Amino acid sequence: MGKIRLIARLVGRDLRRRPGPALLLVLAITAATATLTLGLVLHGVTSQPYQQTQAATHGPDVVALISGESGLSPAQAAAEVRTLSHAAGVTGYNGPFPVASAVLRYRGLTEGVAAEGRAEAPASVDRPKVLDGTWVRPGGIVLERTFAEALGVGVGGRVTLNDRSFRVVGIAVTAAVVPYPNMCGPAYGCVFSRSGPNNFNPGLAWVTEPAARSLASAQAPLSYLLNLKLKDPATAPAFVSEHPPPPVANSPVLSWQTLEAGYGSEVHAEQTVLTPAAWLAGLLAIASVAVLAGGRMAERTRRVGLLKAVGGTPRTVTVVLLAENLVLALTAAAAGLAIGWGVGPLLSSPGAALVGTPGAPAFSLSIAGLVVAVALVVALASTLVPAIRAARTSTVSALADAARRPRRHGVLIRLSRGLPVPMLLGMRLIARRPRRAVLSTASVAVTAGGIVAVLAFHATVHLNAATLSNGLGNPMIDRDEQILTVMTVVLVALAILNAICAAWTTVLDARHSSALARALGATPGQVTAGIAAAQVLPAVPGVLLGIPLGIGLYSVAVNGIGIIVPPVWWLAAAVLGTLAAIAALAAIPALADARRPVSPILQSETA
Amino acid sequence: MNDVGASVLRTRGLRKQYGKGEGLVRAVDDVDLEVASGETVAVMGPSGCGKSTLLHLLGGLDRPSGGELWLAGQRIDQLGERALARLRRDKIGFIFQAFHLMDELTAAENIELPALLAGRSARWARRRAVELLQRVGLADRARFLPSALSGGQRQRVAVARALVSDPQLVLADEPTGNLDSQATVEVLRLFEDLHASGQTLVIVTHDSRIAATADRLISMRDGAFVDETRLTGGSAGNLGAVAGLTEMCEREV
Repeated sequence: MGKIRLIARLVGRDLRRRPGPALLLVLAITAATATLTLGLVLHGVTSQPYQQTQAATHGPDVVALISGESGLSPAQAAAEVRTLSHAAGVTGYNGPFPVASAVLRYRGLTEGVAAEGRAEAPASVDRPKVLDGTWVRPGGIVLERTFAEALGVGVGGRVTLNDRSFRVVGIAVTAAVVPYPNMCGPAYGCVFSRSGPNNFNPGLAWVTEPAARSLASAQAPLSYLLNLKLKDPATAPAFVSEHPPPPVANSPVLSWQTLEAGYGSEVHAEQTVLTPAAWLAGLLAIASVAVLAGGRMAERTRRVGLLKAVGGTPRTVTVVLLAENLVLALTAAAAGLAIGWGVGPLLSSPGAALVGTPGAPAFSLSIAGLVVAVALVVALASTLVPAIRAARTSTVSALADAARRPRRHGVLIRLSRGLPVPMLLGMRLIARRPRRAVLSTASVAVTAGGIVAVLAFHATVHLNAATLSNGLGNPMIDRDEQILTVMTVVLVALAILNAICAAWTTVLDARHSSALARALGATPGQVTAGIAAAQVLPAVPGVLLGIPLGIGLYSVAVNGIGIIVPPVWWLAAAVLGTLAAIAALAAIPALADARRPVSPILQSETA
Repeated sequence: MNDVGASVLRTRGLRKQYGKGEGLVRAVDDVDLEVASGETVAVMGPSGCGKSTLLHLLGGLDRPSGGELWLAGQRIDQLGERALARLRRDKIGFIFQAFHLMDELTAAENIELPALLAGRSARWARRRAVELLQRVGLADRARFLPSALSGGQRQRVAVARALVSDPQLVLADEPTGNLDSQATVEVLRLFEDLHASGQTLVIVTHDSRIAATADRLISMRDGAFVDETRLTGGSAGNLGAVAGLTEMCEREV
C-alpha cells in the first residue's frame, strides 16, 4: 500500500508542479481520442437511424415503383403494382399512390419535385412522420425535411408547383424514398419523371391525391408507388428477386435494404472525411505524445536520479514515470469521449431525412473501451522507451541533471560550417538529435498531408458545388463542409501542439549549449533563430512530402474517383504558411528560455 | 573515539577509470579502505581528486572498474541494479551537497520516500518521519516544501531522509558545501549527534571543521589515498576546539 501511495503522491505532486507540459500531453491525446470517438460514433450512424425511421413511419419492407416514363396507362400501372400486393409473404400494403413530377419554385429557387398524392387519413404502411406542422390537406403541401432545409422553407411558407400556389403545412420524413438530393439513383431508380424537366435533383413532397393528379401532364405523366409489408422483413431481398419488376423503363421493385444503402450514402461522404482525418489526427497525436514524453523525461532526469539514490529500483522508476502518463492518458480519454459524444450529434445527426435524434448518437461501452484502450496504448507506446531509458540512466549523471549525451554527426557538422550563426546553431542542434529531426520531418509530413487532403476535398466540393443546379444548397455538402471545418481545426490544433512540443523539447535539450552560446556573446535573437532553424530545416522535406501524401490519402478515401488536385497557388500557400507557422511556434519557447539568466543553467549542468 | 565494532565497509584495490589509452583517467586508483561500525571517516582532498567518485562507488551509485567492495559482509561490486537499489534503501543513507530533495514533496514526504520505496506502510513512514524531524529540530516544518526552507533546514531534512531506514552506513558528499556559516553550524551539530549515536559515517568534505568531527581523516590526491590520520576523540568537543569551531559556533548561534 505504501508504494502505491508513494506513486500516487509522486504523480499528483509532479502534475501540480508542472501543469504546462502535462496539459499539452492531455490536449494531444484528447484531440486524438475525440476524433476517434467521432469516427466510431459516426460509423454507428450508418446503420441505426434508418431502422429508427422505418419503425417510426411504419416504413415499407418493399417499394414498387412504376415510372411515368414506362408508357403504361394509369390503369395498366395500377394493375401491375396490385399484382404484387397479393404475392405470398405480403401482410399489408397501401397504394399505389400517384406521384406527379412538377417544378417547384420558392423565392427565386427552382427545383424538380415528386409530389406524392396521399389521403388525408394516415396510411397503414409508409406513414410519413410529421416533424412540424400537420399532414396533407387541400391546398397544402408537406415537404420532406432535407428538401425543405435545402429550400430554406418552413411551415407557413408558400411554394408553387407548376405555377400553382401551395402553402407548406408540414415537414415530414419517410423511409420509403431516398431523400434529397439523392432521390434518384442508379441502384433505386427514380420516381420523378425525367421526360419532363430533366435537369433537376428532385425532392419529395406530399399533396392530396387530387392535387397530385392535377399536376400531371403529357410531358410529365404520373408515376406510382406501392408500399408492401412482409411477414418477414429480412426476406425482402429474396422477395424482390422472386418478383422482378415489369419490363418497362425505370420501374424497379426495391427492398428496404436497398433503400437503407441509399440513406447510408448520406453519411458515407462524412466518413470519407472523418476516416482519413482520424488517422491523421491519431498519427499526429502519437508524434506529439512521443516528443512530449521524451521532453518530459528529459525534464525529470534529476528526479530519476534522486529516486534511484534513495533506493528506487529501475522498475519502480519506470512505473512512476509510466503511471503519470497513464493517468494523463485516462484523463485525456475521458475528455476525448466527452467531446466526441458532445460534438457527435452536431456532425453525425442522422441526416435531415431521418428520424434519429440528435443528442443520442450511437455511443456504447465498447466505443468507450476502445477509445480508452487506444489512449492508454498511445501513452504507453510513446512513454515506455524513454521511461526504461531513464530508469537505466546512471544515477550519478541523473543526479547531476546532465542531458543525455548527444551523438556527433560529422557530415551535418561539416555542412554547417560557413553558415550564418542561426543556421549554424540550428544545424548543430539537428546534428545532436538526428532521430528527433526525423520525427519532426514525419510529423510535419503528416500535418502537411492532412492540410493538402483538406485542400483537395475543398477543391472537389467547390467543383461539385459549381455543378449543382438551381442555386439550392446541398445539405450533404453543407454537412461535409461542417465536418471538414471541425476536422481541419482538430488537425491544425494538433499540428500547432506538435510544433510547440518539438520546439520545447529542443529548447530543453539545447538549454546548456544555448546558455553557453549566450555566455560567449550570442544574442537571444540569434539563439531563438537557431532553434527556429532547427525546427524549420527538417520541416522542409516534411512539407514537400506532405503534398503527395495528402493527395494520395484523399485518393484512397474516395477510392480514386474524382480526385481534384488543388491549385498550385493553394499548395504553395500551404507550404509557405506551414513553414512560417513552424518557425513562429518554435520561436515562442525559445524566446521564453532565452530570457532566463545564463549562470544558473550553466551551474546546474556542472553541479 | 567512539566505540567501534566490526567492519561495515571494506574495499580492496577499488578502481574507477574513464577513457582509454592516453586519455585514461584514474578517478579512483587502487583504494583500500575499511570502516568499522560506529566509525566516522572523513575524506579530504583537492577538487577533482576523486572523492565524490569514491563515495558514489561506496554507495553503489556508480560501478567500479575493478577491485572489491563489501558492505556488511556482502560483496556488492557485482550486484545488479535492482539489488543495488534495495541495498541503498535498506543499508545506506545518502546526504548530498545539493540536498537533492524532491521539490514537489513536503519535508515529511521527502523523509518518508525511502521507507515507502522499501514497502513500509504509510503509517510507519509518517511516524518515522515525524520522529526524525523532531530529531533534526524541524518538527514544525513537516508540511513545508523545500522551497520554503533555508539551506541548512533542507540539509537537515536530507539528513533525516538518510536515516529513515536506520542504515548501517551514511555517506555524505560535501554536506556543508552549499551552506552559509550559520547553516554549517546547524549541520555540524547534527553530525556530532550522529557520531555520538554510533552511526557509521563516511564524509567527503573540503571543510576542516566537518573533518574534525571524524575518528579518522583520509587525504586523497589523484584518485589515491595519500595520507591517513587517526584523530583522537573524533568529537567536536576536543577537535572542534582546536579548529576554532566552538568559538565560532558560540559567536554565530
